[in-house]
Amino acid sequence: MARISGVDIPSNKRGVVALTYIFGIGNSSAAQILAKAEISEDKRVKDWTDEEAQAVRNIIAEEFKTEGVLKSEVQMNIKRLMDIGCYRGLRHRKGLPLRGQRTKNNSRTRKGKRKTVANKKKAVK
Amino acid sequence: MARSLKKGPYIDFRLSNKVDAMNEGGKKTVIKTWSRRSMISPEFVGHTFAVHNGNKFIPVYVTENMVGHKFGEFAPTRTYKGHINKKDKGKR
Repeated sequence: MARISGVDIPSNKRGVVALTYIFGIGNSSAAQILAKAEISEDKRVKDWTDEEAQAVRNIIAEEFKTEGVLKSEVQMNIKRLMDIGCYRGLRHRKGLPLRGQRTKNNSRTRKGKRKTVANKKKAVK
Repeated sequence: MARSLKKGPYIDFRLSNKVDAMNEGGKKTVIKTWSRRSMISPEFVGHTFAVHNGNKFIPVYVTENMVGHKFGEFAPTRTYKGHINKKDKGKR
């Protein structure tokens, strides 16, 4: 168990995979970090020496926005859109897709769980 | 698909001429515009534009945050106020 960048504890997985557990680091940036720290991608996190772990920490601290900082930046961007009252901001407020997707069906990711409105009366014979 | 950077931002030249004239004269009047596709350039900050939405003109006061967006984004073309409740039918 190693603590890298705040609270994240990637386990005894391969280095590239473990780093992607940090918010803001994906496959390609994980590979970049390890290349720069000169650690093999296949080396497990538990096999890292203290110096190697420290090198990874330094690279992330200097070059990447991760976790809280990144999350707050994303929120700020969304807030900006909502404050200036542009179309994308309005869609954010309503919780609907921003990029012109259809909303008659689907788009459940944005709209959340289905909320049934009216009970349609059964036809009486 | 984003616009090629090589071309630079699109601004209707009649619109930017009007704004330039206003900036030189130091006047501030509402400019009516149909050019929803024009990008808001930094010179437009502080002016009010009446942007056409297909039906009427929506007043848009341009602030610094809006630079880089287009006028059409601030004048919605569709009205949707939610579904009508069956009981309230006819009230609208």
